Amino acid sequence: MPDSTIVGLHHEEQHHPELLHHFADPQQQRDASSLGMWVFLATEIMFFGGLFCAYLIYRRWYFGDFAAASKTISMPLGATNTAVLICSSLTVVLAVWAAQTARRTLLLGSLAITMLLGVTFLGIKGIEYRDKFVEHHVPGASFSFENEPVPGHPGQYANPHHAQIFFSLYFVMTGLHALHMIIGLGIFLWLLMMAWKGRFTPEYHTPVEIGGLYWHFVDIVWIYLFPLLYLIDRHP
Amino acid sequence: MSMEIAIPQPAERETYLNKEYGVWSWLLTTDHKRIALLYLISITFFFFIGGFFALLIRLELLTPAGDLVQADTYNKLFTMHGMVMIFFFLIPSIPAVLGNFLVPMMIGAKDLAFPRINLLSWYLYIIGGVLMLHCMLTGGVDTGWTFYAPFTTNFTNTNFIEAGMAIFVAGFSSILTGLNFVVTIHRMRAPGLTWARLPLFIWAHYATSIIQLLGTPVIAVTIVMVAAERALHLGIFDPKLGGDPLLFQHLFWFYSHPAVYIMILPAMGIMSEIIACFSRKRIFGYSFVAFSSIAIAVFGFLVWAHHMFVAGMSVYAALVFSLLSYAVAVPSAIKVFNWTATLYKGSIHYDAPMLYAFGFLGLFTMGGLTGLFLAALGINVHVTDTYFVVAHFHYIMVGGAVMGYLGGMHFWWPKISGRLYPEGWARLAALIVFIGFNLTFFPQFILGYLGMPRRYYDYSHMPEFQVLNVLSTAGATVLGVGYLLPMIYFLWSMRYGKPASDNPWNAAGLEWKTASPPPTFNFDEEPVVTWEAYNYEELDAPHTEEVRVAR
Repeated sequence: MPDSTIVGLHHEEQHHPELLHHFADPQQQRDASSLGMWVFLATEIMFFGGLFCAYLIYRRWYFGDFAAASKTISMPLGATNTAVLICSSLTVVLAVWAAQTARRTLLLGSLAITMLLGVTFLGIKGIEYRDKFVEHHVPGASFSFENEPVPGHPGQYANPHHAQIFFSLYFVMTGLHALHMIIGLGIFLWLLMMAWKGRFTPEYHTPVEIGGLYWHFVDIVWIYLFPLLYLIDRHP
Repeated sequence: MSMEIAIPQPAERETYLNKEYGVWSWLLTTDHKRIALLYLISITFFFFIGGFFALLIRLELLTPAGDLVQADTYNKLFTMHGMVMIFFFLIPSIPAVLGNFLVPMMIGAKDLAFPRINLLSWYLYIIGGVLMLHCMLTGGVDTGWTFYAPFTTNFTNTNFIEAGMAIFVAGFSSILTGLNFVVTIHRMRAPGLTWARLPLFIWAHYATSIIQLLGTPVIAVTIVMVAAERALHLGIFDPKLGGDPLLFQHLFWFYSHPAVYIMILPAMGIMSEIIACFSRKRIFGYSFVAFSSIAIAVFGFLVWAHHMFVAGMSVYAALVFSLLSYAVAVPSAIKVFNWTATLYKGSIHYDAPMLYAFGFLGLFTMGGLTGLFLAALGINVHVTDTYFVVAHFHYIMVGGAVMGYLGGMHFWWPKISGRLYPEGWARLAALIVFIGFNLTFFPQFILGYLGMPRRYYDYSHMPEFQVLNVLSTAGATVLGVGYLLPMIYFLWSMRYGKPASDNPWNAAGLEWKTASPPPTFNFDEEPVVTWEAYNYEELDAPHTEEVRVAR
């Protein structure tokens, strides 16, 4: 019996060229990779957490100024981007399912559409940044935010310093988010290439799964950023 | 087939050290043991750089007048000393060297879960280190290792952004080490190695990894904000523009207080191994020692504001943080009591690792108890920013973490190098380190209590402080000798030391059941664990059957 087990293991190893030497079996390798990504995402939560903490403190202190500044960023563009990202999460799920069930065309298509949606998001984000640049709302020497009314308080104008803190946080938070999107696009380009070469099978598709986890996480960060940055005091 | 017969058997057994030679076989290795040695060389380099700065600081304070260096230079000296020692020596020291080497072996795995990420972690450390060196060589930084805003963001003329980048990059190397350990400990344990059978070294590293994972990203994003503020004057931390410098302090200490536990928890793990081995007893209260590591990691995240009692915070917040700071002493005390109880009626062997362990017990207890003084609101206000604080945290970081590191290096040196270090010299070095350490830092408690502030290069208005400062400088010299000695005889032993047997201490633990030095994949066959950790009574009992050896 033990001999046949050993032969069986060797047999299995030959079937899984992706099984790395230090793992006992593909299941262990899959579990380790998946846990690794989850743990990494926990660090990402803490990374963004510092910024969210700063945001919440200043929003509480300077609510009127934050509301005034928030009014000047484009809610329709932000909402479009939210929709774009939610759709991309759907295509990621489809890609994982396609890899699990060996549907090559669907896998390639879903990965490509995900990337297309990611690029669309960054394009729209670029338009928003450009608008802010034109309006002198980029923090720094040329920043200007004079005579902007505080919503709900007629005759009151926002403090430019406090509005600058809002825009600083806006650019740092959405900028880091965009950086994560760019990294995600890199990951998905690699996944697309691997999928093109036919490297993913129902037995081995961990990279699609954990790449998908990462993409979902970046989406979720946006799901929090959108209401916090765009929808301050938007009720009629 | 006939080819195989023709090849003569190699005279020497293949180990991770002699499997391949050449620079690239080291620089591109994914073997956790080789990466541990890469880290060992790198952190030793930074240890001596940081030590050199410390030496200059102590020389300046030898006389009351500010005569050796100028004020600006002195500011840079203590800043670079702190940054190098904390981010480039203490934080990676035990996890990245001994942890890297031992975590897979102790749990019966062939390697860490992500060997290439492990190598990436070392390269990130090196990139951070090169940035730090470049920053030092082009003028250094004078912000203090705490780089408080708004001084760092608005006022200093030194290049903080580069130092910040160095810390940022090195921080990700620390995160990746922690990530690798958590996944490895969860997923790679040998059959039969349940959580309750894990060595306490593993529990300690697990707790450390949690802090590395959840704390380090916060300082990373804080550095991003400080750099952005410094470059663009955003106003996040600048009160003139509506920002809040206290927010910086909160974010900074949210990482930097738990960072102390990144340094001390692995040393505590080493203590458990050494004390059990050289008392020939199972550790007393195994589960308490194990869970106190987790408790320290959890409570460690809830005490950060005790660094800010004088910075202006509500008295109620201060009360809560004071209380929580007392609470974190409970798991630490549990450990010390359990180690002491392990010694009770043990057959104690006074080998060099055990001497370091005794040193640790005393010095860590001193550091911990003075930490309680500092957790008390009234005394804290009195001794804030004095040498009392400096002495306290050096008792923890040097008396605790470095003693643990050196004890561990001696304990596992036969396994790492396959050679025995010279025991007589090692005992002498342990004694010199202990004496030198106390001579350096005990006078600083008195100095601080009498009111000598930290970070001053000139105390000529208080010449009566000189005696204690001379003692401290003399002690630092002795301590320096104590640190040089092990480096010399470790290097010496690599060539001239007696070859070590697989288990020279007759210690429990899977790492001793394989060869010294181990083969590349650690074990020739996968070990199966059927025993509790620290089964020394079983090991030493003559009548029991031999414990299974995985060779």
